[in-house]
Amino acid sequence: MTLLAEADIATDAAAYEPTCYARTTNEWFCGAYWDDRQAELIDATTQHIQITVSAVLLGLVIALPMAVAARRFPRLKVSILGLSTALYTIPSIALFPILVLFTGITMTTVIIGLALYSLTILVRNALTGLEGVPDDVRESATGLGYGATRMLFKIELPLALPVIMAGLRVATVSTVALVTVGALVSYGGLGELLKDGVETSFKAEIMAASLLCVLLALVFDVILLGIQWLLTPWSRSRAV
Amino acid sequence: MLGDAFNYLTTASNWTGEGGMLQLLVEQLLLTVTALVIAVAIGLPIALWLGHIGKGGFLAINISNVGRAVPTYAVLVLLSVGPIGTDDLGPYGRAGLATLIALVLFALPPIITNAYVGVREVDRDMVEASNGMGMRGGQLFRRVELPLAMPVIMTGVRLALVQVWATATIAALVAGPGLGNVIVAGFFNANYGKGLAGAFVVAVVAFVLEIAATGAEWLVKPAHLRAREMRRAASLGEDGDDPSGSDDASDLGSTVSV
Repeated sequence: MTLLAEADIATDAAAYEPTCYARTTNEWFCGAYWDDRQAELIDATTQHIQITVSAVLLGLVIALPMAVAARRFPRLKVSILGLSTALYTIPSIALFPILVLFTGITMTTVIIGLALYSLTILVRNALTGLEGVPDDVRESATGLGYGATRMLFKIELPLALPVIMAGLRVATVSTVALVTVGALVSYGGLGELLKDGVETSFKAEIMAASLLCVLLALVFDVILLGIQWLLTPWSRSRAV
Repeated sequence: MLGDAFNYLTTASNWTGEGGMLQLLVEQLLLTVTALVIAVAIGLPIALWLGHIGKGGFLAINISNVGRAVPTYAVLVLLSVGPIGTDDLGPYGRAGLATLIALVLFALPPIITNAYVGVREVDRDMVEASNGMGMRGGQLFRRVELPLAMPVIMTGVRLALVQVWATATIAALVAGPGLGNVIVAGFFNANYGKGLAGAFVVAVVAFVLEIAATGAEWLVKPAHLRAREMRRAASLGEDGDDPSGSDDASDLGSTVSV
């Protein structure tokens, strides 16, 4: 009987053995942390992805019409480029509080803020792409009876796609990094773990969040490269 | 919330004294300028030299893309919780050293990329012509490449300035120095008026810095480029068309003879 009790205590002691993320042994790299807090890590990563994708898609939806407008009406070009660049001047951590005025402490605030940031790169690249469409291509299309809308979707946008995709990749990668600052309004994805890690000097948590963040940027970049490859079969056959 | 922010901004005691917004503003400006000067001192010579000899382009161009992918917040956290710590550093405040290192790291990529690209993009015909005139190495760099690359180099410094100011504000999230403290303290204590007030000040200073940098960029621009831009702006107002032809060669020629 006593022997059994002693054995129990022994296993208990083993269970409470300080792991690599206990207060006393605060290590940067800790496999046990990744196992034990898996749910938390997945939640934070999921939120990070959700915010990134929504922000970049919203940015793209706003940027394309802006670029088309700047292309059609040269008078607007300076103001459109100026506006999208000026937004980038405001630090993200100052932009979120200003947006909180309108959308409160919500995920929407972070998404809108990051979408506004992505405009700087997206508008510029979309415009560069559209301006890069050769005039004789446009003239041929007109000769074939293409109207303005059909020309835009069938000729201009597809030809501008490589430049637009390059902008999209840069915008996405920057957005992944900036989502963390959303921790200010409690929607920061992996930034939430960073915030918690600073408050408790939790090294394993800080390292995990930082690594996942950089990894996420890399994965997004590779996925977008793949999408570009699928969307531009003509440039592929030329390369081969 | 807007009213609270207005009250916070118009209360004198929030600006003055220990930890007041004026002190934080000076602290952050000091951090920004120091980091920018260090980054220029380290980054420019390397990038200009690489551009001059035409090597290391892959690195110089991609460093900006890598820089964008790295979360500033994470780097600040890693440095301050890690080996650097959050000790005070003279006028730079709490976690001063960690913040300065992070700021320099994030200022370097735009400076390096733009300086390299600026020098490389100098018309090769110009370089050959200068060689033909008997210019070599250092002389070619000083009298042809550097003046012609100046606008692009300065754009890089301006981008770095914007980046440094933003990163310095984020430093407050890791209990660092600067105006970000007002924002963070406001938001983490549900005092949103205060947070918004801090955000306004940070945004206004950001715009002022950007405008000042754009002005400085204009001043270092070679005179003929300035004149051409004015012509272009004037004619844009008239017919909305860009008349700038490819008269670069003649324009650049005037720089060499100066």
